[in-house]
Amino acid sequence: MIPLHWYLWLGSVVFCIGMAGFLMRRNIIIMFLSIELMLNGVNINLVALSHYMQDLRGQVLTLMVIAVAAAEAAVGLAIVIALFRNRPTVHVDEITEMKG
Amino acid sequence: MEYVLWIPLLPLIAFWVNILLGKGVLRGQAHWPSVLAVGGSMVLAVRVLFDVIHGQTMNQDIYTWILSDNFRVSVGFLIDQLTAVMLIVVTTVSFLVHVYSIGYMHGDKGYPRYFAYLSLFTFSMLMLVMSNNFLQLYFGWEAVGLCSYLLIGYWYEKRSASDAGKKAFIVNRFGDFGFGLGVILIFVTFGSLHYMPVFERAPEFISRTVNIYGLEVNLITLIALLLFCGAVGKSAQLPLHVWLPDAMEGPTPVSALIHAATMVTAGVFMVARCSPIYDLSPTAMAVVAVVGGVTALFAATIALVQNDIKRVIAYSTISQLGYMFLACGVGAYSAGIFHLYTHAYFKALLFLCAGSVMHAMAGELDMQKMGGLKRYMPVTYWTMLVASLSISGIPGLAGFFSKDEILFSAYAAGGVGRVVWVLGTLAALLTAFYSFRLIYLTFHGEFRGTEEQRHHLHESPPVMTVPLILLCIGAVGAGWVGIPEILGGKNHFGEFLSPVLRHPHYEVSHAEEWMTMALSVTVAVVGIVVATVFYIKDTSIPVRLARRFPFIYRVLWNKYYVDEFYNLIVVRPTLFVANSIIEGFTDRKVIEGIVNGLPAFVGWLGAQMRKVQNGVLQHYGMIMATGVFVILALLLVKVLGG
Amino acid sequence: MVEFLFGYFSVVIVIVSVLVVTSRNPVHSVLWMLLLFFHIAGVYLLLNAEFLAATQVIVYAGAILVLFLFTIMLLDLREEIRLGPFTGGWPAALAIALAVLITVVAGIWGLKPAYIGPWGIKEIQTETHTKALGKVLFTEYLVPFEIASVVLLVAIVGAVVLAKKKLKT
Repeated sequence: MIPLHWYLWLGSVVFCIGMAGFLMRRNIIIMFLSIELMLNGVNINLVALSHYMQDLRGQVLTLMVIAVAAAEAAVGLAIVIALFRNRPTVHVDEITEMKG
Repeated sequence: MEYVLWIPLLPLIAFWVNILLGKGVLRGQAHWPSVLAVGGSMVLAVRVLFDVIHGQTMNQDIYTWILSDNFRVSVGFLIDQLTAVMLIVVTTVSFLVHVYSIGYMHGDKGYPRYFAYLSLFTFSMLMLVMSNNFLQLYFGWEAVGLCSYLLIGYWYEKRSASDAGKKAFIVNRFGDFGFGLGVILIFVTFGSLHYMPVFERAPEFISRTVNIYGLEVNLITLIALLLFCGAVGKSAQLPLHVWLPDAMEGPTPVSALIHAATMVTAGVFMVARCSPIYDLSPTAMAVVAVVGGVTALFAATIALVQNDIKRVIAYSTISQLGYMFLACGVGAYSAGIFHLYTHAYFKALLFLCAGSVMHAMAGELDMQKMGGLKRYMPVTYWTMLVASLSISGIPGLAGFFSKDEILFSAYAAGGVGRVVWVLGTLAALLTAFYSFRLIYLTFHGEFRGTEEQRHHLHESPPVMTVPLILLCIGAVGAGWVGIPEILGGKNHFGEFLSPVLRHPHYEVSHAEEWMTMALSVTVAVVGIVVATVFYIKDTSIPVRLARRFPFIYRVLWNKYYVDEFYNLIVVRPTLFVANSIIEGFTDRKVIEGIVNGLPAFVGWLGAQMRKVQNGVLQHYGMIMATGVFVILALLLVKVLGG
Repeated sequence: MVEFLFGYFSVVIVIVSVLVVTSRNPVHSVLWMLLLFFHIAGVYLLLNAEFLAATQVIVYAGAILVLFLFTIMLLDLREEIRLGPFTGGWPAALAIALAVLITVVAGIWGLKPAYIGPWGIKEIQTETHTKALGKVLFTEYLVPFEIASVVLLVAIVGAVVLAKKKLKT
């Protein structure tokens, strides 16, 4: 029997790699992928907790996260396309129109 | 008696109707809501009078206004004999003035506004007289002051009118400050603001004193004098009388209603209402009597030489208000209220006649430029003549009975009463003189105005003359409800008020009563005769007298320099402080420094903060991740620590 | 056996995750991501969540990643790839991520469930996993489920509006 916290560690590691990727990369598409990575880290945790707590609520929540991830990917990528049409770059550090 | 609620409510509704619809919808028809509402109030007031005569009185709260710990104030009505009399006076005069204004104000561009204010005033005055507690009285007191201000400055484009409005408001503020302190002191002392508990418990406090900076003052005397401060301001007694002559800048019907018949008598009403308190303090009574007596004579002397027709009547009002206080001060409250009631009619009549004259003279106020108007405006002449005879105290007319009762009461009261009796009798002489000087200068002799004005002369329309005739009936007959016993009559008025106002019984022989009466009639006749000699027989006498005694003439002409005195000790220093210290230092440096400095600081802070918002997504992400880390670390520390 | 499988999945997941965020070419990243999703599905299987494993493969690998690939192909990224992949502040970002990782790892050391629910392995096996999940989803969580569908609808509409070309007037 694998202890619960090993699964949680795995999820945390994936989450933090995703976070690091989001903060480090300039390419907006990879940043989106990093977000997916973070969501998957969370999903691993939720499923593991669900299993060890013998309660299906965690898995229900995972389904919700997947649904939201799909929605987020669709909208996010649409934004990327709209952005690229105006400015041919995917490097977010060059897109600073919103600065104060 | 639930319907009494409608008495103040109807004018209030008329006020709102005129304010909301007057300009857009009613325009020239704006008098209808006001006249109908005040007419309705008048009918209800008559019903109240009959109910009260049949012994029905009422003292009831209808709404809790303020409730805070033990401070409890409600809106409530006290309907008794005194209120009934005041209701009749206020609503009848108000109704007639409303009707008269239809003609007088015809075509004025602020017509709806005028009627709105007039109705608001009627509402306020009714709330004042119907109140059953001191705070509602104070509310009405301030509200009538506000309406007075609005109506004096009604022609606000005219500098002198708006100045006069401000002057009235500010001078009243001095008195009202004392009045407010008096109300607070009443609450602190009695723990209640309702009349009845206060009046019932007042005797318990008769020997209580308060220490004001080492000065021991009788508590009841202090309350009475503070309240009297308000009365001095509102009723234009010495030394706060200066606003009333200037108040004549307002439309003349307003002068008739507010500055002669009703609002200015609020002070007398208040003193009479609080008679249980005043009765306990001989000192306060003496002050009231002396202030009243001195004012009566003082104002009458000024009226002798003024040429402005409205100012003469204004000083005459001050003088007559002095009589009323004189009566209250010697304990003859019902005589004071009696004079209030008769005075309302003949004084309103005098003002409305003056308005009628002004109407014919196209706004001319200087009596030097009038004369001979008798031929052109007979109705105005005869009604004004009756009013003048009434105010002079010619037997049979309203003024005679009330003035005679006051002078007799003053004489009979003895002590201070004798002094003020002398003052009052002298004032009666002057009253007769200046009243007839006004009549002669205006209506007799040759017309002294321009040819253009002569061409314009005409009698006023019926909507103005009918109220004059109705008031004339009041000026003749109002006194017949209080005929002295020695003339074979009965003082119904005093008897009617006796449940509310103590009616003193004097140990004075009939001979003395006859003597005072004969004396007051004599001085009235002498006054009229002298006026006739001066202004009909030999018009050079007044001029020669003025040359002979230039000092006295100058002092009277300049109204004893009271305005100049106030200007020197109050207005100038205030302006100096306001201009140099408040505006120059506090306003410019301190307040503007703060006001401008604060936005500048916020702007600087914003410029600094703006640098954080650089538009680079990763930076935002990093700040957020740092926040996540800090929160997690804190949780961890807490878990490990706990 | 389970320990071995967990070890294998874990190692692959971590290595592939790192490759996802470090690949210069986004297409490579997406392909590494594909591998990652299959391994995560394996972890789900280890945790007795067959339905989720299937969903993971179908939705993530089948739909979302294809969407990413489409987007990358729509955009012409040849110039972009030549530039440096990382922002100037990447060491700081890495430090923060590491700090969070250490905190979380320390925080969940020895964590044990404080509450045991009604759905043990036996109950799920008698019901079958999909049916059990469906029961919970369509009874207790019906409203959130419906809301999720609305969210997806809104996302579809939003994506269409954002991505379509402006009509020339």
